[in-house]
Amino acid sequence: MEVMLAVLVGVLVAAAVYLMLAQNVLRFLFGLILISNAANLTIFAAGRVSTGQPPLIPEGADAPIGFVANALPQALVLTAIVIGFGLFAFALVLAFRAYEALGTLNSDEMRVAEPMEDRP
Amino acid sequence: MATHGTDDAGKAPWLTVAGMAPVLLALALFAALLQAIPAVSAGESLRFAWDWVPSLGISLSFLIDGLSLIFGLLITGIGALVFLYSSKYLAGHAHFTRFALFLALFMLSMLGLVLADNLLTLFVFWELTTITSYLLIGFDHATGKARRSALQALLLTGTGGLALLAGFILIGTVAGTFELSEIRAQGNVLQDHALYLPILILVLAGAFTKSAQFPLHFWLPNAMAAPTPVSAYLHSATMVKAGVYLMARMHPNLGGTDVWLWTLTIAGAVTAVFASVMALKQTDLKQALAYTTLMALGTLTLFLAADVGYAITAAMTFLIVHSLYKAALFLVVGIIDHGTGTRDVYKLGGLAKAMPITAIAAGIAALSMAGFPPFLGFIGKELKYAGALAVQSEPFLVAGAVLLANALMLAVAGIVSFSPFWRRKHLADDLNAHEAPWPMLVGPVVLAALGAVFGIFPDLLAYSLVNPGVAAILGDDVKPAELKLWAGVNLPLILSLATFTLGIVIYIYRQSLRDRLAAMGERAISLDRGWDRVLGGLKATAAWQTRVIQSGVLRHYLFITFATLFVAVGGTLLARGGFNVDVSMPDMLLKHWVVILLIFAGAMLTLTTSSRIAAIAGLGAVGIGVALIFIIFGAPDVAITQLLVETLVVVLFGVAALKLPKLDPGGEKTHRPLDALLAIGIGVVVTLVLLMVTDGPLDRRLTTYFETASWPDAFGRNIVNVILVDFRALDTFGEIAVVVIAALGAFALLKGRKTEEEKP
Repeated sequence: MEVMLAVLVGVLVAAAVYLMLAQNVLRFLFGLILISNAANLTIFAAGRVSTGQPPLIPEGADAPIGFVANALPQALVLTAIVIGFGLFAFALVLAFRAYEALGTLNSDEMRVAEPMEDRP
Repeated sequence: MATHGTDDAGKAPWLTVAGMAPVLLALALFAALLQAIPAVSAGESLRFAWDWVPSLGISLSFLIDGLSLIFGLLITGIGALVFLYSSKYLAGHAHFTRFALFLALFMLSMLGLVLADNLLTLFVFWELTTITSYLLIGFDHATGKARRSALQALLLTGTGGLALLAGFILIGTVAGTFELSEIRAQGNVLQDHALYLPILILVLAGAFTKSAQFPLHFWLPNAMAAPTPVSAYLHSATMVKAGVYLMARMHPNLGGTDVWLWTLTIAGAVTAVFASVMALKQTDLKQALAYTTLMALGTLTLFLAADVGYAITAAMTFLIVHSLYKAALFLVVGIIDHGTGTRDVYKLGGLAKAMPITAIAAGIAALSMAGFPPFLGFIGKELKYAGALAVQSEPFLVAGAVLLANALMLAVAGIVSFSPFWRRKHLADDLNAHEAPWPMLVGPVVLAALGAVFGIFPDLLAYSLVNPGVAAILGDDVKPAELKLWAGVNLPLILSLATFTLGIVIYIYRQSLRDRLAAMGERAISLDRGWDRVLGGLKATAAWQTRVIQSGVLRHYLFITFATLFVAVGGTLLARGGFNVDVSMPDMLLKHWVVILLIFAGAMLTLTTSSRIAAIAGLGAVGIGVALIFIIFGAPDVAITQLLVETLVVVLFGVAALKLPKLDPGGEKTHRPLDALLAIGIGVVVTLVLLMVTDGPLDRRLTTYFETASWPDAFGRNIVNVILVDFRALDTFGEIAVVVIAALGAFALLKGRKTEEEKP
């Protein structure tokens, strides 16, 4: 099953990179969301997937009974999802403010920090 | 230099704390070092050591032996005189305190350099002298020339310093220690090692840049942009001799080979002759002296090439001779400049009447420089000839170079200290010349007098300093040469007479020689101008590559980042033998297909649509699909979080999109084949790497630990939760901090807009 996830991750990454290279900042944000998802799936797949039980310890036992899903990548992905969301929210506000201040979403036209006049 | 007004300097108080503290410090250190003379001349060496970075074998260790004692006394003794001199020379200067501080710092660094017994300690002090030299050359920072000269000296000697550090580290790995005294005790370990040549090249690169050997010499004449006391002290008597010191110090461990002999002989001889010719050409007194300093450095290098007693004795003696007369002459030039406002040889003449004491001090120093008896310079010169003739390999080349350099030196001595004072030209009245105040006279008088005293009583110097210095380089079993004024009629004496004749002839015909040299100089390649070209080229290259890589367009940055990622990961993949995993189609259920197609469709919709709502819907589909994957593969907690976050993303995007324009307002590239190619390339590489990762064995040790420890240690049944809030609680805390910072940032962005609007 990891094979399918690997292909899926590749597709998501390709779509994300293409979107992030666009001029429109909104498209860049779409790409950012897709690449976060791809990263999460990568971590998840690297810990191997199994259609088994979630990593829970039944009442009365000291350890999970039988084979359960790998808990470690799940914990990592949980953290990554939340941080990815924080990043996205900040980037969205930034893009929104940039549009308000500069009147454009085209990143080629956002030249306040490195204006064309500076270039010899 | 006309940057300091003579009138101001005359009135301003010079007896200040900033002026006197360095003098007292230097005198105290000088007195302390003097006390070491009896022990050192008895063949002992004093060592003081403290641990500094013991784990790296770096200790703060100092060694006083014959060699370091010579340097130490010159540094502190001349230092005291120069400090006293500058307290008057620069009295009333707005930044005099700064100047005094730099100069005192330099003295301490230089003293640390020559006393250090640990290579890395030595290096630290070496760099400190480079930095203080930079600050002092650029002291007159309002002029572009001073800034350029300071930077040039810093870059050149700093580059040499880096090479030196590399050389020291190699020495440390070969010898197993950084302590100089221990390395020395090992004998010929370095010379016999395979790394000898790299070590030698690196160490000499440091020594040659610092001591301005041809062709790395051009920073030194430029360094004369510094105030004259600095030129006298750093760029003549002390700092530029750091390279000479290093060569002398490393002589037992790196010397004695053919490479050493020839490199030092050729570099020294070329520098000495070239510099003497250039010195003759100068019309500025300070520049003329600067080039004779180069000549002295070349001569010292030349003699350190050999390992016979005569040559090393000559080097040690000449080292002292040169420091004494050169510091004196520089101070005299400072007095002339201070008293008349010019340093031009054409304008100066007949100053002896107005400045009698200066004239006498200058005359004595110059006679020592020219090598007339009974001054120390004469003994130095005789030893040089004896030393040159004792060099077994090429005595005539060495002796010839020394003869030519000495003759030119004599002529320059006349130009610098005879002509301005005694030439029959009564310009002194026009220039309003006056004798210097006593603090400025002490230095030249004492230094010139020492040259005479040591010349008449050479044994004073021989047993206390020169012989221990030679012993420190060659060992106790080599007999140093004797220092005496009259050694009978021999070849060195005949060479001396030839020098006098040739030198006086050159002095008399100096004007026509100078004109001819000037004509030649215009055609010669200027290394100084070459330096500008190198620096300019460097800057142009930097500007060019900045233009190419940092175009200021976000897409270009991202493209370069992704392309680098593609090349780095793909290249590693290829280098490790390419993709070699057997991929078999997994058994997939219908629900698997549905989820995967959902995600794929969502991604494609986002990729291709030009409607904002459709794109957001596509993203939502991808997010829900990913959540479903988590559910299918036993990760309900992750799935819940994913659903929650995905919902928030869609809502936030939807809200923001209301105020944002449509996706394609026009003027944007819609088809980007190159971007598509890169995107597909990265996607393929990621897939291949992930396939290879999942094909390998999985290390489940951590997972097993968490599974078995969750309940007994942390009393939690949900292992993922226990990991987050217990085992890795600190990571979770960091995660919360990131979200808070992002929220604060977003809040500030939105809030900042309001205050901006409120502004009128």
